[in-house]
Amino acid sequence: MKIITASDLRTGDVVWWTGDGWSRHVNDAVEAGEHAEAVIARENAKQIVTDTQVIEATRTDEGVRPAHIKDRIRALGPTVRLDLSLKPADPAAGNWVI
Amino acid sequence: MVEQNLRYRADEPVADPAVTVDAFADQSNATAVRIEPGDDARLLLPHLDRIALVEVNFPAYTDGRGYSAARILREHGYAGELRAVGDVLLDQLSHMRRCGFDSFAPNQPISSEAAEQAFGTWPEVYQKTVDGRPAIWAKRHPA
Amino acid sequence: MYQYDQYDRSMVDARVAEFRGQVERRLAGDLTEDQFKPLRLKNGLYLQLHAYMLRVAIPYGTLNSRQMRLLGDIADKYDRGYGHFTTRQNIQYNWIKLSDAPNILAELATVEMHAIQTSGNCIRNTTSDQFAGAAADELTDPRPYAELLRQWSTFHPEFDYLPRKFKIAIIASETDRAAMRLHDIGIQLVKNDAGEIGCKFHAGGGMGRTPMIAPVIAEFVPALQMISYLEACLRVYNRYGRRDNKYKARIKILVHEIGAAEYRRQVEEEFAHILTLGLEPPAEELERIKGFFEQPGFEVGASDELDLSDPDFALWVDQNVHAHKQPGYAIVNISLKPTGGIPGDATADQIRLMADLARDHSFDELRVTHAQNIVLPHVKKADLYGIWQKLDEAGLAAANLDLIGDIIACPGLDYCALANARSIPLAQKISNRFADLGRQRDLGELKLKISGCINACGHHHAGHIGILGVDKKGVENYQLSLGGCEGADTSLGQITGPGFSEDGVVDAVEKATDVYLAHRAEGERFVDTYRRIGMAPFKEAIYAKEPAHG
Repeated sequence: MKIITASDLRTGDVVWWTGDGWSRHVNDAVEAGEHAEAVIARENAKQIVTDTQVIEATRTDEGVRPAHIKDRIRALGPTVRLDLSLKPADPAAGNWVI
Repeated sequence: MVEQNLRYRADEPVADPAVTVDAFADQSNATAVRIEPGDDARLLLPHLDRIALVEVNFPAYTDGRGYSAARILREHGYAGELRAVGDVLLDQLSHMRRCGFDSFAPNQPISSEAAEQAFGTWPEVYQKTVDGRPAIWAKRHPA
Repeated sequence: MYQYDQYDRSMVDARVAEFRGQVERRLAGDLTEDQFKPLRLKNGLYLQLHAYMLRVAIPYGTLNSRQMRLLGDIADKYDRGYGHFTTRQNIQYNWIKLSDAPNILAELATVEMHAIQTSGNCIRNTTSDQFAGAAADELTDPRPYAELLRQWSTFHPEFDYLPRKFKIAIIASETDRAAMRLHDIGIQLVKNDAGEIGCKFHAGGGMGRTPMIAPVIAEFVPALQMISYLEACLRVYNRYGRRDNKYKARIKILVHEIGAAEYRRQVEEEFAHILTLGLEPPAEELERIKGFFEQPGFEVGASDELDLSDPDFALWVDQNVHAHKQPGYAIVNISLKPTGGIPGDATADQIRLMADLARDHSFDELRVTHAQNIVLPHVKKADLYGIWQKLDEAGLAAANLDLIGDIIACPGLDYCALANARSIPLAQKISNRFADLGRQRDLGELKLKISGCINACGHHHAGHIGILGVDKKGVENYQLSLGGCEGADTSLGQITGPGFSEDGVVDAVEKATDVYLAHRAEGERFVDTYRRIGMAPFKEAIYAKEPAHG
């Protein structure tokens, strides 16, 4: 599948397109579909997000998995500071990015 | 396209079209010349007394060769109009002025009010260039 | 230390105001991201993998305690309680909000700090010797010259859009602690036969994709012509450096392509012209600046005696404390490389503790080193034990300076948008593998450096052991190199062969150290043995087929 990701313009937080807004959780990401470019143009114009891009991902039993390790690390947080990641309670969370 | 030229000179603008540096060498009556980023401004030095306008083109504002071209011309005594043309943005005006540009023909129009504000970005300057502003070190140690 | 006057202050204040306006224009939609990006980069603000990152300049790596304390406070107030000291003697914050950035710059300005030109294709923060003003072997203190460079390079109107970034290092000792010849321009202050101070200029060094060691381009430029000579060097580069390919745009490629002799000829021609323009600050300005760097009021007759009965303290003194030019004093190196830690990271509390120690015991001064450690430059030997105890309590007493545990690593793919592989987890694994300090000390000086991409922020080319992370079809892979070195005997590392997985490269490093231990002659460092015996024995051991374990 293709999904849309961006950074929150004000905070820099990683966000994912949910079909009607932006979520910090990659599992909320939806198939970008044919209208990805229109979504990106419209959302960029709102000055809410920046650095918007379409990336490859797959849907697995555990949720949405970006194809590239860089995007998986973006989805989780720094693997060397899991306390600051989106899964602070899971000491094995870093294995997901590999 | 809006034809806009910010100009900070008292004399009359030159009407002649600017020729390339290559063509200039062969045209002894040309008074206006256009420098592209890869051109050597030094080729003009023997002819400065007959040039009234030098346009320095910035195809992309990130290409800073034109700043050196401008300073070289001014350092060798060129007193005619020195115009920055092309991808010239508000945030570069102040540095361009410091390098000797005294007119600007940006692709995207810049209001004269915004330009005035941009020229005032730096209350002081650390370097002596060709714009006559005293460097901070000169103010610290008046002769 | 240098202190701003009203002129310096007005420049930094003007920058804060300018950037506040630019951020407002961006948030209001008056600037697109494409227009805004180069403006925020000029203020050290990057958009990284998880958030904005702010890189704050620490001019020539020198700080006072107020500045250091504020760096800790900013980590708490605007970030997540820590900062990362970099290989360019700066500090980076990883979790900055765009809307906070102007306020952070305003707070920095209150202690004479800024983020000016910490990114972009301009002249970056000048780096220097972290032992400046304290080292026994220095000719003169290089910092007044570095400060002259800071002022000259700040908002230089001609050189704000160079072909590529431009890094200058200046030192004044034969022992090069700043990797000077791996900079775009490296200056060594020297004396001529008449006893006058001048600059030996090197140009065209660098790491990155095409590492090169800078050749000498001028043996002696009088100190009071340093700025004019630099103007000439930069002008030739600005005009003729390549702009068609960003990977060939650094000055090292220009110097390499036209040759050092031709580059020198062009610079000399330009220099002769520039000398006629009167661009050089007068001697009085250098003297004024030198006045800020006078020797601190050392206690005369301070004792050189040390009670080394505490064995852990004795180890730390032996490894991390360096000789000072003043009897009774010492230079303290605080390693930011605890076993299994993140190289260069320090918490807000640790930063403030180091600030307090500097205020109370080091004439208010700290330095940041390019090896991502902190220095207290002027410590009375009698204070060492008390300082060590406080550092130890705070997890800052790793006694591993210049040992294999003192790893340089860039942030890598855990944080950096440019990285291809993670650097920090690998550094942690190697650090844990060699956790035993006795083993580290037995291996002796061994500089291990890790970069997560070819940009080489982790200086892997200059590592006795260097590791470069690459992306191999979406999987992290690590290339090993041996024999790099910085300093007076600068050399570039050679790749051993095919790359490794993360665990594989840790094993390979260990095998390389085993080869060294088996072959070393008396007094040889790892890199010396490598130079003597060559790559073959290392390669053989590293790539030997594993015998089946019983």
